[in-house]
Amino acid sequence: MAKFIKTRGKSVKALNTSSLPDIVFMILFFFMAVTTMRETDVMVTVRIPDATEGKVLEKKSLASFIYIGEPLEAFQALYGTEPKIQMNDTFKEIADIQDFIAQEREQLNEADKTKMLVVLKIDRDTKMGVVTEVKQALRRASALKIMYANTNVDRIVLP
Amino acid sequence: MADIAFLLLIFFLAATTMDSDTGLMRQLPAIPDPNVPQDINKINDRNILEVKVNKDNLLLVEGQLTEFSQLREIAHDFILNANDEPNMPEKEIINIAYFGDVPVTKAVISLQNDIGTKYGVYIAVQNELIAARTELRDELSRREFGVPYERLDEDRKGAVDDYIKVPISEAEPKRIGE
Repeated sequence: MAKFIKTRGKSVKALNTSSLPDIVFMILFFFMAVTTMRETDVMVTVRIPDATEGKVLEKKSLASFIYIGEPLEAFQALYGTEPKIQMNDTFKEIADIQDFIAQEREQLNEADKTKMLVVLKIDRDTKMGVVTEVKQALRRASALKIMYANTNVDRIVLP
Repeated sequence: MADIAFLLLIFFLAATTMDSDTGLMRQLPAIPDPNVPQDINKINDRNILEVKVNKDNLLLVEGQLTEFSQLREIAHDFILNANDEPNMPEKEIINIAYFGDVPVTKAVISLQNDIGTKYGVYIAVQNELIAARTELRDELSRREFGVPYERLDEDRKGAVDDYIKVPISEAEPKRIGE
């Protein structure tokens, strides 16, 4: 009991932090390994639909992204609320898709050109009219491999 | 030391994303060459399952109004055609590695949509159709190889894919009333 009382008055010894950098570096390397760089700032609201059968995109370097959805509030004054198509960092029209695909294809190796994949990130409330037009433009640009981006879930809520 | 590490850590947290992209892989049909005469190899009507989503997001299977929850089962039964009924898809005997001479269904699923259809509904339908096909492949794989389809090697997967091919075609868009 006497021992117990004796220690109570003393100040707490400072925590040994010499291993802190090791821990933080470990977390850092973990994040460096599992994450990928953010490439584009999405300027449209995209709530991609749920699905159960989605496959994981394995080679991100082969993929080009097309976003379709309502512009974010900050852009609504300029672009309105109708669904817009975003490629790279700008809003584009259907007519620009062919150029965009050609440009993206140019950046790939000769061997990878046939494996090019277009990932369509489309808001779930978008009307199919614009989606179909984009698909037709992709066919004209002969970018035939596409992926409808979705969130993988165990069960989907059927309409 | 720790300060620098924290700084880097925070930078990576802000500049990177963790989400891996998932999605439904599809192959679009090539634009038909206008110079090459198209031999219109009409697919027999019994081999086509016509799935349509109209502008009110209602599902029509072979022209009949159908609940979304029934679609998977309908597609499943259609592809399987277990009793070889005359109004269901034909089967053709084809030699496939690992299986030998087997009756392969000629079923095709045709998916049509309207301009006003919601994308989310369209994807839900696509998902159900792909799920029906995957279910059948899985059943076959379990029966023949005793393992789920997902765990087959590439060769066997290819053989199963050849057995249950069932293309899901996206029809040429129609513009009505424009």
